[in-house]
Amino acid sequence: MNIAFASGKGGTGKTTISVNLAYLLALSKQKIQYLDCDVEEPNGHIFLKPDILDKTTSEIMVPLIDNVKCTRCGMCSDKCQFNALATLPSDVLVFPELCHGCGLCVHICPEKAISEGKREIGRIEKGIAIQDIDFVHGILNVGEPMAVPLIQEVKHQYKRDYIRIIDAPPGTSCPVVKTISDADVVVIVTEPTPFGLHDLQIAVSVAKNLKKPIGIVINRDNGKFPLLETYLFENKLPVLMVLPEDLEIAKHYSTGNIILKTIPSYTEKFKELAVNIEKLLDTSKGRW
Amino acid sequence: MAHIKEMVIISGKGGTGKTSLAGALSTLFKDKIIADCDVDAANLHLILKPEQILETKEFTGGKKANIDPNRCTKCGVCRDVCRFDAISEDFVIDSFSCEGCGACYFLCPSTAIDFSTQLAGHYFICNTSKNGRFVYAELLPGEDNSGKLVAAVRNEAREEAMKVGAGFILIDGPPGIGCPVISSITGTHLAIVVTEPTPSGIHDLKRIVELARHFQIKTAVVLNKSDINPLYTEEIKQYCNENDLAFIGEIPYETSFTKAQKEGMTILDFAPDCKASLAIKSIYKKILNILEEV
Repeated sequence: MNIAFASGKGGTGKTTISVNLAYLLALSKQKIQYLDCDVEEPNGHIFLKPDILDKTTSEIMVPLIDNVKCTRCGMCSDKCQFNALATLPSDVLVFPELCHGCGLCVHICPEKAISEGKREIGRIEKGIAIQDIDFVHGILNVGEPMAVPLIQEVKHQYKRDYIRIIDAPPGTSCPVVKTISDADVVVIVTEPTPFGLHDLQIAVSVAKNLKKPIGIVINRDNGKFPLLETYLFENKLPVLMVLPEDLEIAKHYSTGNIILKTIPSYTEKFKELAVNIEKLLDTSKGRW
Repeated sequence: MAHIKEMVIISGKGGTGKTSLAGALSTLFKDKIIADCDVDAANLHLILKPEQILETKEFTGGKKANIDPNRCTKCGVCRDVCRFDAISEDFVIDSFSCEGCGACYFLCPSTAIDFSTQLAGHYFICNTSKNGRFVYAELLPGEDNSGKLVAAVRNEAREEAMKVGAGFILIDGPPGIGCPVISSITGTHLAIVVTEPTPSGIHDLKRIVELARHFQIKTAVVLNKSDINPLYTEEIKQYCNENDLAFIGEIPYETSFTKAQKEGMTILDFAPDCKASLAIKSIYKKILNILEEV
């Protein structure tokens, strides 16, 4: 089962909620895998404190041109959709940062002059975190624009028979789509502010386009933003959990602690979240 | 062109207060164009309240492939060449997974695949009542090519700046360090990083600073919610000191930010005399000084 945590707006509490849920479920002896797909700024490790047991680099394909075979016909640069190749009279230039690694040039070169080289875009780290949570994250190399292939690689680390908790990046574009594409349920974490609501609406339409069951977690609630409640009600979006605005939570967050370890009174809230996610899964199975 | 100074507000970690700071700074810079480059989740227009959209432009992203079932012989070549797992067993292309590379289109032996550009978003050139010209965009939900849309917004902002003779472009950037961030910061004169005194804040600060260094962009740091954890506040100041980063101000935790947002206002308009507003005024002066030098 894949439970993805997304948000639209950054900083609403995706990581806080997902690591605490992972911790709670692991406490009750369930097999949990936590996968941090926010490869640009992965933060789950700060709270789950894994012992990293395995590190691998992640690479994508780049074209290697065999200058002896190449006739500078221009087919590759003409067909490449990403302007990653340019044919000059003497040479074919490759711009690795623009290459999406699709392999089209390798297939279409009439002289078979292109082979596949590799370019590192980041690394995958795996280990065991607190409460024996199986931990995976991807770390994108700084300066590297290609986040999506690394996210795909994080997802290749799925373990069978585990409940997989997937932490998505903020935003609503391709990295988020890649992250939640195979989720069984998408939990969107929002906050009761105009910015939060605006970005929630976009995140909801992304998840709806992908036909995912959606549940909402409201973080830092202070009961003073009726527009959010109206929106959720009108769109029949189930609220799975409401966490109040609480300086205690902020304080513990700012020290890198799991809330449930330091403020056990929130355990009931997170149990309710787990139950509500399960309910959402049950009802959605009937629907889809 | 050379006299226009571009500054970008970024953060690495989301939710540190980029947009609130950008909104406040846009009330202080008189002679500027504002550009919201967080095209996935644009928020600045919610507090700048553009009163008139002067022009709406369409943004077409990359191409997407589509299989015509009548022409398709189900030979499977497309599924073999697609590296993005975008084609299902019954030969339907998932447009969200399609990278737009065209491998299936060019290699399909039955020419059964269409490959065309699609509308991926819009961008808007507007007038605000108090803060001049403002360019922002809306990427359609789930679309890719956000980096290209950022580039389009920045081009538009530069053209507007030339037209009206503005001296500054103030860019509100996206979170993260990936493609749209790179597109937002390249070629700017100053990156202003907004961080917070938490482990995630510091972790992400270091990566975004490294990114700015990679592109050789002068970097200044603003610490928001500076009073929530003195230990980390100290650590961030020390980090800036050791890494030659201009530390240009601390903004204390301030509930007026949210209140202002709910009123659709910047904090400087909503609570001009609160501690946070005073801090931002001092930050503004420091930014001006830095921009004079670069």
